Amino acid sequence: MDAIVLSNIIKTYNKGTVKAVNDVSLSVSKAELFGLIGPDGAGKTSIFRVLTTLLLADSGTATVDGYDVVKDYKAIRGCIGYMPGRFSLYQDLTVEENINFFATLFGTTLQENYELVKDIYIQIEPFKHRRAGQLSGGMKQKLALCCALIHKPTVLFLDEPTTGVDAVSRKEFWEMLKRLKEQGITIMVSTPYMDEATLCDRIALIQEGKILSVDTPEKITEAYPGQLYALKAGATSKLLKDARAYPAIEDVYAFGEYLHMAFKDNKNDSQGLLKYLHGKGHADAEIKEVKPTIEDCFIRLLKQ
Amino acid sequence: MKQLYTFVKKEFYHVFRDRKTLLMLFGVPIAQIILFGFALTNEIKGSKIIVVDYAKDVASQQLITRIGASKYFEVEKSFADHNQIEDAFKQGKIKLAVIIPQNFNDDILHFNKAQVQVIADASDPNTATTLTNYITNIVSDYQSSLTPNQKIPYRIVPQIRMLYNPELKGAPNFVPGVMALVLMLVCTMMTSIAIVREKEMGTMEVLLVSPFKPVFVIISKAIPYLLLSIINLIIILLLSVFVLNLPIKGNIFLLFGASTLFILTSLSIGLIISTVTTSQQSAMMASLMGMMLPTMLLTGFMFPVENMPVPLQVLSNIVPSRWYYIIIKNVMIKGLGFSAIWKETLILTGMTLLLLGLSLRNFKNRLA
Amino acid sequence: MTEPVIKTEKLTKRFGDFIAVNEISFETYPGEIFGFLGANGAGKTTAMRMLCGLSIPTSGKATVAGFDVYRYPEKIKKNIGYMSQKFSLYEDLTVTENIRFYAGIYGLSDRDIKEKSAALINQLGLQNEAKTLVASLPLGWKQKLAFSVAIIHQPKIVFLDEPTGGVDPVTRRQFWDLIYDAADKGVTVFVTTHYMDEAEYCNRISIMVDGRIDAMDTPANLKKQFSANSMDEVFYHLARSAKRSAD
Repeated sequence: MDAIVLSNIIKTYNKGTVKAVNDVSLSVSKAELFGLIGPDGAGKTSIFRVLTTLLLADSGTATVDGYDVVKDYKAIRGCIGYMPGRFSLYQDLTVEENINFFATLFGTTLQENYELVKDIYIQIEPFKHRRAGQLSGGMKQKLALCCALIHKPTVLFLDEPTTGVDAVSRKEFWEMLKRLKEQGITIMVSTPYMDEATLCDRIALIQEGKILSVDTPEKITEAYPGQLYALKAGATSKLLKDARAYPAIEDVYAFGEYLHMAFKDNKNDSQGLLKYLHGKGHADAEIKEVKPTIEDCFIRLLKQ
Repeated sequence: MKQLYTFVKKEFYHVFRDRKTLLMLFGVPIAQIILFGFALTNEIKGSKIIVVDYAKDVASQQLITRIGASKYFEVEKSFADHNQIEDAFKQGKIKLAVIIPQNFNDDILHFNKAQVQVIADASDPNTATTLTNYITNIVSDYQSSLTPNQKIPYRIVPQIRMLYNPELKGAPNFVPGVMALVLMLVCTMMTSIAIVREKEMGTMEVLLVSPFKPVFVIISKAIPYLLLSIINLIIILLLSVFVLNLPIKGNIFLLFGASTLFILTSLSIGLIISTVTTSQQSAMMASLMGMMLPTMLLTGFMFPVENMPVPLQVLSNIVPSRWYYIIIKNVMIKGLGFSAIWKETLILTGMTLLLLGLSLRNFKNRLA
Repeated sequence: MTEPVIKTEKLTKRFGDFIAVNEISFETYPGEIFGFLGANGAGKTTAMRMLCGLSIPTSGKATVAGFDVYRYPEKIKKNIGYMSQKFSLYEDLTVTENIRFYAGIYGLSDRDIKEKSAALINQLGLQNEAKTLVASLPLGWKQKLAFSVAIIHQPKIVFLDEPTGGVDPVTRRQFWDLIYDAADKGVTVFVTTHYMDEAEYCNRISIMVDGRIDAMDTPANLKKQFSANSMDEVFYHLARSAKRSAD
């Protein structure tokens, strides 16, 4: 039995004018670390709210741990952990008070499930008498994660837990998630950061309410049609303009210190391109073949 | 300068695009002017009074006819003895009684002077003073009409007795009114804000996704304010007894019992408001604007309800503080027992149950 | 040697005993895209506030657009553009109303306002949305509009505080196209971001750790310096040893 199943879920707002979730179907296996990858407004939060029984979908069905989100919502609410988009714990209670409150809410105590949250709790324990509102962004996320885990849920829903958090804290957070997965908890995470996709077992790329692709990160990158190249020269901005003008190029866009590009009909015209660029003054231009990243796949899928 | 103009223009856009605020900006002043201007008046007309006529002679008949003809009074004479008068006052049926003693006519003719007893319900000293003034004027008019050519004028002297509040202090009138106002505003506003705050901060989401039953969320929000309001009540009573010298004539437990009921009513109104508002600001606005105006104007402590036009009197029946005000006045000022307030208590209980039922039904188990 | 648009010398901000910004010194030049990186709590926001004329430094020197931050914070505000992620446009005003409002606030003449509003709308392709409320625009369009509005008065320098958070990858790149355009026209772009690949788009980067600037150079040189393959690694290397993690 899959831990999470969505079948043809549709959710609209504003009397149907805004289609937030447009016929989404996917499933997540037990103890899988599943990523929902997409920008703001893609429908990630709406999907989470349907699964955590906070919203009723317009049509379609969904189950969590075998329970139907509409009929058995009470059962679901007792066995899942949820971390909503913004920090939603009590700012004027201390770390300790927040944890005890949520533990009691679920009929348990910190001591009972200490082993589960120990790794995370140890990092915030020195601050346990500090008010939650005065913690840094990274600490708040850790506290929120503890409170979501405190009752040993079978499924964990984390809605953009790393947004607005710096790169180092993000890495730490994902390491904590991996360790949780090893304890058998199914985890569904949403994030707008494409680079975090590779840290998941499987991912769904979502944009404007539609799923673009669902698979393991490796398979998605393998499915990239054609060959991707990386182009580099000294003056990036000018390079971009010039490369765009070259007729044999299908698409070229900035990607860090390189430009990523694909040729029309996958016809390799590297030599012609280099000659053209040299002519435009980019004496140090170089091209190489590269493997596509999730971001490249997302961009490609968006443009289709 | 131009920058100022640009900014002002933007502010106008904001105002006109916010329907709710617009409604309040224009709606409230209009409502107030109409209410204050047309409906509320300090002039008291058609007050029900009792005239007890022990004399049953020509003079008394003439006086009674004059009183009856006045637009200020509606005479119900019939009672034969004082105890029944007391009861009528206790039940709040009348605010004034005129008692004409035996031998009224004879006294006037033979002694050139007579007395008339006037008893007024002074728990509302303003009304009492106004009414006794009306009576005094009518009596003195009658007096003048009797002696156009007399050398020694007749004198009919009204003996005035103010019930419940002989010193005509303002406190007996406004303290119950203030109690009603304060408890209503605090409970309604604070409860609604506390619940909506969870919605606004996003913690409500997390609470809902837990085995904790939503109804307990409501109860746990209401309990602190219930307790705090009772403390508030105690403070008000202490102040009124020791600082304003207004003793509590009736049963203290009855007072607290009734007050607790009223607190529950106010809390339920707060609950309903919390189910229809989404931000703390609009919860506060709804509590203040939606409850303050009716409570202040239609409770009856600023302006007597009996003197308002009928539609407003009907409207005042659904303002809970009106009933609480009667209960408090009866128990605290008039010293009456449960028999005098059972009707009002029943009404308040009914309102509370209805409001609680509605808010539980409205309380959303989900976000939408 | 061109005049620096920003010049700071041991700029410091203290809050009681806490040193939020610790003697930072750097310069930025016209037309430069300068990336201002650092972990949460490193002091980026405080530093930016001082440079925008929003907060008076405790010690040290700084000039922005030629004006001293102690003596002429008001003149600085007139010569810079600012865009933050939390707020930039009024949701309940239309696209045109927003543009006209900000143009008016920045003191443009009536004729300039008309001309520039039309030009901006055309450049962004928002002709059909000119009278739509900003609230109905997709996030990406809002961000692009906000940026264009922030430079409508042609300031010497524009400060961008995490402008592309949560935006899809295609729109992000369109946004950076706008940044490149502005830089080409001579505007200095001072940008903070959590996307490490965007760090690569900058001419130079500085990384703040615990209130100090611990590294400042071109992306290529920084990678060489720290023997790293990507800016991600450089950042990780520096930020990992940070002692401060409180906001």
